[in-house]
Amino acid sequence: MYLSTIDISLILEKLILIVVVVSASLVVAMYTTFAERKVAAVLQDRRGPNRAGPFGLLQPLADGLKLFFKEEIIPNLSSKFLFILGPALAMLTACMTSAVIPWGDHIDFFGRNVSLQIADVNIGILYVFGVVSLGVYGIMIGGWASNNKFSLMGGLRAASQIISYELAMGISLIALLMITGTLSLKEMVVQQQGGFWNIVYQPLGFLIFLICSFAECNRTPFDLPEAENELIGGYHTEYSSMKLGFYLFSEYINMFISSVVMSTLFFGGYDIPFFDESVLSPNVAAILGIAALMTKTLIFIFLFMWVRWTIPRFRYDQLMHLGWRILIPLALFNMLATGAGVLYFN
Amino acid sequence: MNISTIVFLLLSLMAVGSALMMIISKNPVHSVLWLILVFFAISGHYILLNAQFLAVVNIIVYAGAIMVLFLFVVMLMNLNADTEPIKNYRMQLVGICTGGTLLLLLVLITNRMDVEQLVETNAGNAGLIKNLGMVLFKQYVLPFEISSVLFLSAMIGAVVIGRKEEPIDQNPNS
Repeated sequence: MYLSTIDISLILEKLILIVVVVSASLVVAMYTTFAERKVAAVLQDRRGPNRAGPFGLLQPLADGLKLFFKEEIIPNLSSKFLFILGPALAMLTACMTSAVIPWGDHIDFFGRNVSLQIADVNIGILYVFGVVSLGVYGIMIGGWASNNKFSLMGGLRAASQIISYELAMGISLIALLMITGTLSLKEMVVQQQGGFWNIVYQPLGFLIFLICSFAECNRTPFDLPEAENELIGGYHTEYSSMKLGFYLFSEYINMFISSVVMSTLFFGGYDIPFFDESVLSPNVAAILGIAALMTKTLIFIFLFMWVRWTIPRFRYDQLMHLGWRILIPLALFNMLATGAGVLYFN
Repeated sequence: MNISTIVFLLLSLMAVGSALMMIISKNPVHSVLWLILVFFAISGHYILLNAQFLAVVNIIVYAGAIMVLFLFVVMLMNLNADTEPIKNYRMQLVGICTGGTLLLLLVLITNRMDVEQLVETNAGNAGLIKNLGMVLFKQYVLPFEISSVLFLSAMIGAVVIGRKEEPIDQNPNS
């Protein structure tokens, strides 16, 4: 691919799309922190944050400012470069996944057909999987560089947890790929627009994927890496100021992105249920599609919060038992059953 | 110099540089992190060769799983620069000899190769997942399955060796 042959406007278009997507996911993640506190308040019969701005809507800004103004402490005996690299990596891997997600079909921009996906690579879902598997480095490096045994324990727990649940997640994805026959997320959405959503064919696969994405995001009931009653703060014990903020924030971005991935894989992505988009003009269809995707995503984010404030944390042996003895055999069974089904019906 | 040559040179510089840093750095954790960078550079090379599947699998398997385990072990053993055993003079000499011979061999071999024929960036579709799957599961299905059985037996072997004599009792609460 030579640079001269690429349209310069294509680069510009992709650049704008990247900026829009990344800043949109940051804003959504910012308000997810607010929503989390509100949901927690509702579930615990409290009011939640309501002082900053109308209905407390400026609370995330206040939180961010507070974190920026906090004193920044880097432990003396820590490895300084890696100590800074940890939260940066966590944030980077959290933002990278959004590159292959189809946010909508395409918009007609003054006669120019602009696809609402940053990169439609033919390995789409594998890319997501690869970035997810890299997500553990931010936590591990941060935990080790802090030079603190609680941080190290948190980092190691995160690593073993993510590796264990990645297996079941991968196997449940294989079953899905057998049905769709493609790795491109865009093509998966197009297929689901024509027929049923993938959840109809893969209910068990979706359940396994859902549980594993809880574990990959370090959300309760799988938040052992930061179990505060045994590890103080887990991998981010030594962190303060905005570096701590990055760790906490990357969790919310991960949550947002995995909700989007789940909606795309199993719930039709930007497909509007019981409605044929092709009768609308492309721009209206694209905007409605984005709205549909966002609605599905918000439902999943709510599910994440609902579970967090309902279910207590697992013990470590329970976590490993669930991952290796229950989820992986179930995922293998699902894969074999799907393979047999595909063979029988085709 | 076109853009793929520049990218190739940058990636090669990154790969060789990180590999050198991996050997030079005293701290084992830093070595592991440099090695991860090497894998990223190599994945970049795969993308240049239009082998996207190979690139992403390299990231998932090596950078995402195997190196995490390496890092895990190194962190748990708490290896530091000061606990590194100092190798004696004779061992260093033997190391220099064998390493030098390997380097000499590699240089001689690459010198005799037709470089023009080797480098063919962004051409051919052999690396795309569709074609790769067809070749693996049609043409080479027997070797592929045999190697997967080999992996399975290695896995079972590791479990058997790593297993304690008596299986640990399950916690009644779990």
